[in-house]
This record gives sequence, structure tokens and C-alpha cells, in this order.
Amino acid sequence: MKEMRLKLAKTLALIMLVCVGGFVFLDWIKSQEVPSIDDRPFNELLAPQVAQRGAYLVQVGNCAACHTARGGLPFAGGKNIDTPFGTVVTSNITSDKLTGIGAWSAADFWQAMHHGRSKDGRLLYPAFPYTEYTRITRDDTDAMFAYLLSVQPVRQINRPHALQFPYNTQAALAVWRALFFSPEQYEPLKQQSDEWNRGAYLVKGLGHCQACHTARNMLGATQSKLGLSGGLIPMQNWYAPSLASPAEAGLQDWPMEEIMQLLKTGKTAHSSTLGPMAEVVFSSTQHLNPEDLRAMAHFLKELPRQVSEKVVRKFANSEGQQIGQSLYHNECAQCHGDHGEGLGDYPSLAGNRTVIMNSSVNLVRVILSGGFTPTTEGHPRPYGMPPFGHTLSDTEVAAIATYVRNAWGNKGEAVMPLNVQKSR
Amino acid sequence: MSPTASSSISRRLAWWLLFIGLYQATVLAAEPPNNMGQRMQACATCHGSEGRATNSGYFPRIAGKPAGYLYNQLINFRDGRRQNATMAYLLDHMSDQYLMEIANHFASLDLPYPPAQTTKAPSATLARGEQLVRHGDETRGVPACASCHGAAMTGVAPAMPGLLGLPRDYLLAQLGAWRVGMRRASSPDCMGEITRRLSPQDVVAVATWLSSQPVKRGLPAGSLPAQPAMECGSGFR
Repeated sequence: MKEMRLKLAKTLALIMLVCVGGFVFLDWIKSQEVPSIDDRPFNELLAPQVAQRGAYLVQVGNCAACHTARGGLPFAGGKNIDTPFGTVVTSNITSDKLTGIGAWSAADFWQAMHHGRSKDGRLLYPAFPYTEYTRITRDDTDAMFAYLLSVQPVRQINRPHALQFPYNTQAALAVWRALFFSPEQYEPLKQQSDEWNRGAYLVKGLGHCQACHTARNMLGATQSKLGLSGGLIPMQNWYAPSLASPAEAGLQDWPMEEIMQLLKTGKTAHSSTLGPMAEVVFSSTQHLNPEDLRAMAHFLKELPRQVSEKVVRKFANSEGQQIGQSLYHNECAQCHGDHGEGLGDYPSLAGNRTVIMNSSVNLVRVILSGGFTPTTEGHPRPYGMPPFGHTLSDTEVAAIATYVRNAWGNKGEAVMPLNVQKSR
Repeated sequence: MSPTASSSISRRLAWWLLFIGLYQATVLAAEPPNNMGQRMQACATCHGSEGRATNSGYFPRIAGKPAGYLYNQLINFRDGRRQNATMAYLLDHMSDQYLMEIANHFASLDLPYPPAQTTKAPSATLARGEQLVRHGDETRGVPACASCHGAAMTGVAPAMPGLLGLPRDYLLAQLGAWRVGMRRASSPDCMGEITRRLSPQDVVAVATWLSSQPVKRGLPAGSLPAQPAMECGSGFR
């Protein structure tokens, strides 16, 4: 009996080993499909206009958001990125030769951005969005690399990741990559305009919008086939709303000017960016040049519509609505108006998509944490929403959220105190 | 036109003007004002209306603190030298220019203080606290608080904070955080150095004495009478 069990275990182990080996091989095969381009002459990279273009691309790609720790030196890494599988620590991408990427070649950098492999061949974790950056052209990665070489070198040794087994193994990464990653290039659609194609290239590649605006599966992979249909951002407890659905953050029915205003300033008459999107506007999209801004807006406006169905399983009850209403009038009406109409710079809540969309995660987050829209050139002195997390209970926040989701013609599922507790 | 008709017209005109005036007033009342006080409503839930937190809780008063001090703290929260998730979240995506405007706004407020928070503290604790605040402790190499924070302890322009009118718990938490390196200032970090020289009992004595002092006028002094005892990375700039 015991012998049989041992034999079974051995067989299983062997099957596992063969499978993993197969996946590693598959991943290797896939990385051979797109041949690397030969290294460029180095002096070409050193031209100042190349680095200047690279600086712009690095800013739009928002590399600093992850590769600079709070209070740390620019691009020296060391920031913890929490994932459901453990903590990934970002790396030093300054020009330091020992601890940064100063000893890399442009081809090494391309290998990281396009294939998700480090200089030494090590597979990289997809917290680094090479699943999107893979679509960036070699010309652009070279420019980015040229800029990073011009960044002040910082000698700071990369801290190791703290991931759980088996996610901390290269074999697991190889399996993951075989399942979910293929290097690819952006192929422009001939039937679309240059502007649309430029927008698609920015959204799907450098902008890596999909990293948040698409739901991740159980193994943390974004699913391209879903389009930009929205997803909960792991660990952060913010919901990145669907860009395909006009009922969420879809821009299909917006005038072009307003889409550009939102990306450029973080605020329009009808919408505000808070939380992770405030960071994106602050560090990335406000710096887009006019052509790229228009291109991105164009592509987003023409995303195919996906109609999201209204889900209401739990209804608001009249007793709860009364409590919610009286809390609303004490705490919120001063700025958002007695009828949710919004006063001055403060947004209206009647018909507000963040208020009524199926996911109430962002509404609850905004009530709990408040926040400012980012300061930008076009909107330099934002008004703030107070955090109510420490003055209101879960029940009270749920009552206000349910009230605003069902007042003034709004319609949305009731928010439960448990939903609020989860967001704290 | 008869005099009666003319007075009837002027009476009607008066009613109309009154009506328009009232209508304007309601419209204006509905629209929140376009000023810094309104923009900073987000701060009021913790720091109190106009930044003059009551001293019954934990949160510090910010109204009337020197602008340089407030600006340095905003930067410290953003850069992780002070740890507070709410503060970091609120100001993460703000330009330095706006942070400076925020600092100037709260610094410009000259508002009355509530009565002192701590009452009936043991006299020995108060005596030790006052000793440290006014004279320091030479044996431990601790300079008098007053030598930098001003003889009236209401701070010194441009960036040295006043220490009065703050909750005792807040003072204890700050001195403790400095001692263990959770709160830092730009280097050289004098307060880190000084708090490490204090015993835990000294920390309690200083916080107790400071929180028991009434404040009549809380505005910072214009300058220090003598050269400060230590070289500091912030507080003087």
C-alpha cells in the first residue's frame, strides 16, 4: 500500500516535471518568434534629441510611478508592489553600472520591454507590464533607454521580492508566460486613420491602460480579449471602470474636447479623476503632447461599445433611505447640493456614473478616503472632498451610498455595511 | 403723471429690486465660495473648521503655524519622512506650488485658542517639564525647547513651529515617533537627536507641561534673539 502510494507520488511528480518542462520550452519557443533586432551603434543613442524623445516616452509610460519609492531618488526602484501572490519590489533603472541598468545595451533593454526577460535571461514578473510594453517599437524603447542612461546614477542594490511558493520560482513564471504571454508588435489597422492607430498604440502599449482597466484572472493575467471592460485593481481596492461601456467610464458619447480635457487636467464639468487615475493624470497623461492627447482620445472614443447590464439584487428600503437622506443633508449637501445637482466646482451626483454603476467600490472609497483631483496646469487649485472614514460608521457610509445611488432618478444596488468594511 | 402713480411705480420698482436682491442672495448662498478655505474643506474633518482643531482629540491645530513649517510637513508626508496614510493619500498628486499655497493659507489664520487641555497634572511632572522647556538639561546635552521654538513657545518665522495649543497625545506621539525614527525631518535632524537624549519620563513631562499652558496669542515670533543651539535641516528654512 505504502509502496503504491510512493509510486503514485513519483509518477505525479514526473508528470508535473514534464509539464513544467513543456511550458518552459513553449515559452522559449514563443520568445524566438519575434527575432531581436541587432544592437544599434551606441553613438546613435547618445544624440540628445533621442534622449529627449525618450524622456517624454518614459513620462507617458509612467515608469517613475513604480520605479521611484516614496521619498526615494528618481528611478532607483525599491518600491513595494503588493500583489495577491506576495510583494514585488521594483528595480533600479538608473544608469548606475553596478546596481542599475548602466551596463545594459539597448538590446538588453529591448529584451526586457519586449520579451519580459532581464539582461541575464531571468524571466521578469508581469507586475512590470511587459505584457503591454511588448507592443512598443524598438525605436521607442531605444529612445527610452537613451534617456534612462542620462538619468543620475544611483547606487542602490535591488531588494529581493517577497513572493509565496510557487510564485517565487522561475518555473512558475515560465508556465505563466506560456499560458498568458506572447511577445507581439503593434500592427496598425489599415482601415483606420493614422491618428486612431497612434492612439491604439499608446493605449495598448506605452500607456498600459489594460493593466488596470481589464479584469485579471485567478493567476493575475490581464485578458486582452475582454478589451478595456473594467476590473478591480488587485490589492488597491479601487475599481478601474470599463472604458467600453458608456454606463461606466466609456467615452463614446463624449465630445473629443472633453475627453482631452479629462486626460490633460484631471477634471471636467461632469467628471473628476481620483485615486489611481489621479496619479495617472498627474504623472503621465497631463504631459501628453497635443497630437498624442488627441490620438488617445480618438481611439478611446471609438472603442466598440459593450453594454453593461444593470445589476440590482439588493434593493434600498425606505427606512434606510430616510437615514441616508438625513446623513446626506448633514454631510454632503453643502457641496453636492440638496438634489445632488453639484455646486460650483463640485460634481453632481444625480446621474453621476461613479455613483450609479454596478460596482460601488469607488463610491465607497471616495466617501471613506475623500481626496483631491490632481493639480495640473489646467486645474491647478483643486477643491478637496473630506475623508469620512473616521467620522462615519460602516452602516452610515452604506446608508449614504445607498441613498445617493437611489435618489434624484438614480438607480443602483444597495450598498451593505460589509462592502464598506472591506474597503477600509 | 400724477404723484400717486409715480409713487406706485417707485414702490413696485422697490419690490422688484428687493425680489431680485433676495434671489441673487439665495443663488450666491448656494454656490460655495471660490477661496482657499472652501478648497481646504477636506482638512476640516480632522484639523477642525479653519484648521483650529479642538485640543480634546489627537489631531493638531494647523491654523497660525508658520508657513515654512507647514510646507515642510506637507513635503515630509509626501516623501515618507512622516507616516500618515491619510495625509499621504490626500497630497500625493499635488504640485509643490499648491502645497505652498495651502501652507500659506493656514499660516495666515489668526484665530483664538481653546483653554489648555491638560489640567491637574502632578506638580513634579510639570516642574520637570518646565525645566526642560525653558532651560534644557545640560547633563544630557538637551537644549531648551525655548531656544529654538521662541521664548513664548509660539514658534518663530519662517519655519519653526509653536508647541502650545496642541493635544498632549499628539505631542507624546510626535516625540515618541522622532525617538524611534518614525518621524524624521530634513537632515541634520535635530529633533531626532534631541528626543533620543530624552528619557521616556522626560518626554511625558515636556508633553504634559506644554499641553497645560494657556495661549493668548499664538502667532510666531519674527526672529530668534540668539543663535540656535544646534544646526538643523529644517525649522530655520
